[in-house]
Amino acid sequence: MIMRNWTVPMEENLLEGHVACQGCLGALAMRLMLKGLGTNVAIAIPACCWTIISGDVLYHALKVPVFHTAFETAAITATGIKAGLTMRGKGDTTVLAWAGDGGTFDIGLQAISGAAERNEDIIYAVYDNEAYMNTGIQRSSATPYGAWTTTTPAKRPEDKPKKDLVEILAAHRIPYVATVTPAYPEDFLRKVEKAKKIKGFRFFHIFAPCPPGWKMPSDYSVKAARLAVQTKVFPLFEIENGERYTINYEYPKDVPVEDYLKLQGRFKHLFKTPEKIEHIKEQVKKRWDYLVMRHKLTHGTTDNIIRKVFYK
Amino acid sequence: MSFKKVLTGNHAVSYGATSARVQVISAYPITPQTTIVELLSEIVAEGKLDAIFVNVESEHSAMSACIGASAAGARAFTATSAQGLALMHEMLHWAAGARLPIVMANVNRAMAPPWSIWTEQNDSLSQRDTGWMQFYVESNQEAYDYVILAYKVAEKVLLPAMLVLDAFVLSHTSEPVEIYDQDKVDEFLPPYEPKYAIEPGKPISYGALSKPDTYMEFRYKIQRSMEEAVKVIEEETAKFNEMFGRNYGIVEPYMMDDADYVIVSSGAMTSTVRAAVHEMREEGKKVGLLKMKTFRPFPFEKVREYLSGRKKVAVLDRNISFGHHGIFYEEIKSAMYSVEPRVPIHGYILGLGGRDVTKQDIKEIYDDLIKREEISEIIWKGVKL
Repeated sequence: MIMRNWTVPMEENLLEGHVACQGCLGALAMRLMLKGLGTNVAIAIPACCWTIISGDVLYHALKVPVFHTAFETAAITATGIKAGLTMRGKGDTTVLAWAGDGGTFDIGLQAISGAAERNEDIIYAVYDNEAYMNTGIQRSSATPYGAWTTTTPAKRPEDKPKKDLVEILAAHRIPYVATVTPAYPEDFLRKVEKAKKIKGFRFFHIFAPCPPGWKMPSDYSVKAARLAVQTKVFPLFEIENGERYTINYEYPKDVPVEDYLKLQGRFKHLFKTPEKIEHIKEQVKKRWDYLVMRHKLTHGTTDNIIRKVFYK
Repeated sequence: MSFKKVLTGNHAVSYGATSARVQVISAYPITPQTTIVELLSEIVAEGKLDAIFVNVESEHSAMSACIGASAAGARAFTATSAQGLALMHEMLHWAAGARLPIVMANVNRAMAPPWSIWTEQNDSLSQRDTGWMQFYVESNQEAYDYVILAYKVAEKVLLPAMLVLDAFVLSHTSEPVEIYDQDKVDEFLPPYEPKYAIEPGKPISYGALSKPDTYMEFRYKIQRSMEEAVKVIEEETAKFNEMFGRNYGIVEPYMMDDADYVIVSSGAMTSTVRAAVHEMREEGKKVGLLKMKTFRPFPFEKVREYLSGRKKVAVLDRNISFGHHGIFYEEIKSAMYSVEPRVPIHGYILGLGGRDVTKQDIKEIYDDLIKREEISEIIWKGVKL
């Protein structure tokens, strides 16, 4: 539930000196995740921006241990760490797999599916910046329809919809799936605290705008994430046991999807092809309607969806 | 009390892992490895081994789970063959680079295509440069023993170790195997006390980005540990021999004392070579056998010691490095380069894809060897042309 008055742990487990780009919501996401989880945590990080962000071999910007692992192995390495810690009497430690969208939607999906199907007792979080940003903005299956990347140039932009990973995870009937963004930190933290108490495979889809990759000024990333929620491009919701859908927030006013798109250089070319923008709007509406239907099936009503203006 | 049990090579490995009290097992089925982990899953299910068994969706994940578990300080085990080992390749580098003493059994199986499930060494030898120690076993007793020994050495030098046994010839063939008293195994191989392990409260990063000013030293240290491993293997093997009444070595000579001609072999076909050498000795031929038990670290000193001064050496390779020669041949020739006077070494390729290697084949190789005047780097034995 989103509230105006909320408490947030003052403890910082992400230290100054990390090397994320300015305005990186992937960094802010880790900061919030660790505020929620505390320090009885071990993290597995595969190849992704965070391979760099936490520091090279001589430095470490996190107050928790990190094991760097190969691109496609975050979920299974975390599973192994959990098993190893359990055998050493430290089974109460939260083990977190922390990966980018390439390592999650693409190359890591097999191991994620395996770990989810076995309901391994780990938290898997993807900070989704919608392309391979660490290698220089190549498209991934998380790249949305219409977006420019270095491998989907403006003359032939991404022509496939973003992979609906959350539904794939939900289909594994895991106890908890949540979408969050650091632009709504209270919602983010509430979900982390909730997930922390659940046993089994928990999945966080974190919407994490990337100023260099999205071709926008670095002070726009929170704004972009907020607009993504307000325009319903990225709805905030959770799915429990693969069937209980709860929409956590609906912005009470209509905000056109264009407001979200025009903030970002990666969609600039789209404004020459209004039919493509219309297509995006249709897809956003379809997805939202589906979520509302699932919410209604779960709760019998949509009246309990929070609809307030918290941020401008 | 120790007891004898009739076991397949695979089940001997399962018993080895049980005696070694492995704590995390992660595996994926592949013929001919599968029965190793089948039995282990049963042993764990029955509560005879306190371990977590993770049934993963690929060998790549099996090795990654072992990496996570070992990084967290647990004794981790897996087993595989051929395509499975090849799929793991990336993570074999990871295990060694992260300095994790994981032990794996690889049941030698030929690589596809064409499909084959029979023995050949190309799968394991293709992993030569990953930083894993490799032990080639000859019998089911060795398969059991080398799980225990491999952990002892791996945990001392902080490098992973692979024991390699032949498909079917060992994996699915039964022999009596002595299973040791658990207290004695525990005395030889105490619980793993990791020097470095992921621990909540200790904010250390493992394997982070290393720039050109630091990376090279990590590589140097792996090489140093491999070099030290030679000594550790010799010391621990000696202790093992004394405690359990074995006669193992980093390499193993047979009838070598006055041998003019030496046949170098590895894996299960070594038993055939041994029998052939024994018979040829009875015929008065001065031939000996050198068994390459250890491939990595390469036992330079012992190889030079045993092969120096011989009239001729035949190296048998159940493998081939395409465009080069047999792999053991290459390595032995390279080790002998500095030895004066030069020992003529000939390379024989045989038994690929599980083709039978018989005593008669070995005797023919001996006859061929003594006749050869020019050094032949690649001689095909038994290929149908």
